[in-house]
Amino acid sequence: MNPIIPLLILCLPLLGFLVLGLLGHKMSHKAAGWYGVLSMGTTMVLAYITAATYFFSNDAAFITEAGNRLQHIIFNQDWLQFTDSLIIRLGFLLDPISALLIVVITTISFCVHLYSLGYMEGEKGFQRYYAFLQLFSFSMLGLVVATNIFQMYIFWELVGASSYLLIGFYYTRPSAVSASKKAFIVTRFADLGFLIGILILSYVTGTFDFTDFTSVQDGSSYAVALNTPMGILARFQGATFMGCSLLTWALVLIFMGGMGKSAMLPLHIWLPDAMEGPTPVSALIHAATMVVAGVYLVARLFPLYLMEEAALMFITVVGAITAFYAAVVACTQIDIKRVLAFSTISQIAFMMVSLGVARPEFHESLGYMASMFHLFTHAMFKALLFLGAGALIHAVHSNDYTAMGGLRKYMPITHITFLIGCLAIAGIPPFSGFFSKDEILSACYQQSWIWGAWMSMVAGLTAFYMFRLYYLIFWWDEPDYGHHKPHDGPWVMSLPLVFLAAVSCVAGFIPFGTLVSWNGVPYHIHIDWMGVALPSIIIAVAAIALATVMYRKKNSLPEKFAKASCGLWTAAHNRFYWDEIYLFITHKIIFNGICRPIAWFDRHIIDGSMNGLAWLAQRLSITIRPLQSGSVQAYVYIYLFGALLLGAITTACVLL
Amino acid sequence: MDYSQFLAMKQEIALLAIFLIVFLYDTFMPKKVLTGLSGITTILFAAFTLAGFGLMCGHTESAFAGMYVTSPVIATIKNILNVGVLIVLIQSASWNNSETQSTRRGEFYELLLVTLFGMYLMISARHFLLFVIGLECASLPLAAMVAFDKHKYESHEAAVKYMLTAVFSSAIFMMGLSYVYLLTGSLYFDTIASSVGCLDAQPLLIVALAFVIAGVGFKLSLVPFHLWTADVYQGAPTAVTSYLSVISKGSAAFAFMVILAHCFGSVYSAVWEWMLYGLIILTITVGNLFALRQNNMKRFLAFSSISQAGYIMLGIIGNNAMGMASLMFYILVYIFSNLAAFGVIQAIENKTGKLDMSDYRNLYKSNPHLAFVMMLAMFSLAGIPPFAGFFSKFFIFTGALSGTTSVALYVLVLIALINTIISLYYYLMVVKSMFLSTEDPIIETFRSSCADRIGMWICTAGVIALGLVSYFYNSILTLCQNSGLLNAIV
Repeated sequence: MNPIIPLLILCLPLLGFLVLGLLGHKMSHKAAGWYGVLSMGTTMVLAYITAATYFFSNDAAFITEAGNRLQHIIFNQDWLQFTDSLIIRLGFLLDPISALLIVVITTISFCVHLYSLGYMEGEKGFQRYYAFLQLFSFSMLGLVVATNIFQMYIFWELVGASSYLLIGFYYTRPSAVSASKKAFIVTRFADLGFLIGILILSYVTGTFDFTDFTSVQDGSSYAVALNTPMGILARFQGATFMGCSLLTWALVLIFMGGMGKSAMLPLHIWLPDAMEGPTPVSALIHAATMVVAGVYLVARLFPLYLMEEAALMFITVVGAITAFYAAVVACTQIDIKRVLAFSTISQIAFMMVSLGVARPEFHESLGYMASMFHLFTHAMFKALLFLGAGALIHAVHSNDYTAMGGLRKYMPITHITFLIGCLAIAGIPPFSGFFSKDEILSACYQQSWIWGAWMSMVAGLTAFYMFRLYYLIFWWDEPDYGHHKPHDGPWVMSLPLVFLAAVSCVAGFIPFGTLVSWNGVPYHIHIDWMGVALPSIIIAVAAIALATVMYRKKNSLPEKFAKASCGLWTAAHNRFYWDEIYLFITHKIIFNGICRPIAWFDRHIIDGSMNGLAWLAQRLSITIRPLQSGSVQAYVYIYLFGALLLGAITTACVLL
Repeated sequence: MDYSQFLAMKQEIALLAIFLIVFLYDTFMPKKVLTGLSGITTILFAAFTLAGFGLMCGHTESAFAGMYVTSPVIATIKNILNVGVLIVLIQSASWNNSETQSTRRGEFYELLLVTLFGMYLMISARHFLLFVIGLECASLPLAAMVAFDKHKYESHEAAVKYMLTAVFSSAIFMMGLSYVYLLTGSLYFDTIASSVGCLDAQPLLIVALAFVIAGVGFKLSLVPFHLWTADVYQGAPTAVTSYLSVISKGSAAFAFMVILAHCFGSVYSAVWEWMLYGLIILTITVGNLFALRQNNMKRFLAFSSISQAGYIMLGIIGNNAMGMASLMFYILVYIFSNLAAFGVIQAIENKTGKLDMSDYRNLYKSNPHLAFVMMLAMFSLAGIPPFAGFFSKFFIFTGALSGTTSVALYVLVLIALINTIISLYYYLMVVKSMFLSTEDPIIETFRSSCADRIGMWICTAGVIALGLVSYFYNSILTLCQNSGLLNAIV
């Protein structure tokens, strides 16, 4: 494939960032906004062309005659050469999941760009906002097409930085500033683990390239290459640390980076606060793209994870706990964006669990395909829900559902699209969420009925809290809206909603298994109606029915439930006090126990030695000053004696 | 005689052609059109520079019985110097068109082109006679250039000091050469190399080497042969100072490597590795220590350039192909970073006549763009990532250590690293006074001339691009490694 189009996919957003960042303040809001939209739109078209070429062109570079999809490196440029073998490259890797992700990213990003024209209208720093959006899109695209783990790390950090900039967009608001710092520090902390994992992995294997870890063998399946089929494992053999093999450590540490970005327990605390950013940003970064980077990371290294079941088990457990926790908390939040944030955490945990339970021996790693499928459908309907929430916030100027109610009459487009989003996430056929969630549940049941039952319960909770939210916003009791009745946004805001709703209606029918599977071998999806699908529909319908009873009309039932729950409601409402625990640990234990001694060491030992060096340098500098006397005779004498001395000393050293 | 040999000297001949055009134009054209001279020279030289990159893939050729040699690597270093000279030409345009300078505009360009020709010869010479011709050709016209500010006392003082030291250093150098001739009976690099290979490290050879190193060390301003540097840099017109500090130094560094690696390669670990070892430590440290306490910007950059020369020597001491690549890359980066700083200094000097660091206080308020370029230059010179200077330092350290297990070299790099910390102090002093001062700025807001701005843009682009884009270093490295150290320069 011609590298021009893939290169443009990366360059256009970067160019957009540079243009808007450097020249944006000279443009009008309108010009800057439309420039951003057009740039992203072009990128989206190019990404579609690339993905379509990859999936449907039947080129021998992309697909074998037997129909197995291949990994293909479009270009790979040496960037920094440390040694002959340890080279950091920047390139573009095309394979099923990267082709999928560039489609998701550019689509959502384009919708958000368009939507923001209406949502951010008249905001101070409009051009800056668009510049950051472009930067984020660039970093995210660079991340998913990375050919090696170091490139991924570079863009991973860029994504973190642009997310920081966007969360803190309203930098005059203290809550936004602290939220952006929180997000940055928590994910940075997780990335420390990621970096150590990368170092261990590359130290042992001597390579950064993904194709060395996971490449096509015999044209039939991805397998771990690196000289021999089990080359990597061989290199790790015997190396253990604290009872676990070094490979497990590397993989778990790498997963830690994914836990940070994907907001898995216990590193989830930044995501709800990140809702301080503008709502379209939440839709783009904190629902559809950046937060799934962790899932993408695990999927990218999946063949490697397969060699270490312990690491996959770890992922499953973390995902399952997170999914349940976030779903419970989502049932009790007042801020509609926080409900969606916790719902996002829960849904990403679904994807993680799905990856964790995937094994080649169960239906060709159904879980892997299911996870990517859910990533795709979730990105669409969650972005839809967030953008819908943005339209609501835009209309009533508050984030809390207490300020909403009965809005179905005033905002019909938002209402219908939001309802479609809710139905999709609740798993009601024929909406997209049903299909992907069904595959995840099937994968869980194949591994063990425990995971299956657990995740089915979480799916029920999902349906409940989403419809709780839906009823509280659109039905319940209508507050006094005053003179300005809420209304639907301008067409630039409605159009993305309608588009995403349409996608959410039909995306489930995409034959996903033939496009994405862990080893490139097509897999045909079949729905197990009696075993999995029907029970999960029944659970979802029951949960929706419960939500209907409790929240359709204003009544005292919810309050009674809250009172009767013996503090559970309060605990969930306060997110089970995770933030307080963190505050306690950081302020009381880390600051006092660790930071103070370090500060002392820094002030006295480090600064002391630096001051000493400075003092020494100053003294010496004054001492040798007479050398530079300004008299040319002295210069020549010193020159001559210098030359003679050089010869004499060397002679003495060499001959004696 | 086979006249086709001259074809090997494409770059030199093209340069001479430019010199002749400039000379004839300056001599015979009417006064009215002489103002166009700087434009014409710059355009001609730009075309020459571009054309030079077409020759990069040129073959290894020799001429005049092996006295003159060119190879892809040699063509590359000449191209790198051309880029620097081009920037100097652009930056000096507004100074050259000033009232006092306009009568001597032509001379400046002619002398500059002649010195560049000399440097070309130094790089390509494989016979000491040709080398000495090149050396003198590159040194003597510079004395006239240093004295260009006819009405300024410091300019004369600088010229005299430069002249006397240059003559003295030439004498020492020739003395060293005569010893070499005595030992080997030839002035051809090849013959010297093979004869030295059969010799032990005897006192005469060591003294000869010491004198040769001292002679070239003058051009590089290695400590203790550096004492002229500060006075000359300060006294000379800024355009000449910038030329002296980057181009003259860069060419000498490469020629120095050729001499040491080629002629005396066989006594590398026995003799000159240790000579350089001492000189590098002295050069970096003493340069830094003096730079700490300077207020005049040109004097400050003089000492900074002494210390930088020490870092450049690190590329030689490894005596390997990677060292050579990193040395060339260092020179390239140094050209951009240092010329960025000199560009700002020159722009400010032309408009206000101010040259002291204390005058630069709060420059950010009045001239944000200039302050920004200066900051980039300082960051790059200090070696702060992601700017080019960081990578050039990184590669030169790697080059010094590549393929060695010698603890001494690790210690040397450690000392160089500690000195980097010291240098950070004085480079950041400039940034501090430009950005963090609370007093009112002394220098008023002004718009620098078009040529100045073009020069600064080029330098800024270079400082950023060389840091981020790996292509430049990689292609130099590939070029050097493909041919190997000796084949690249022979």
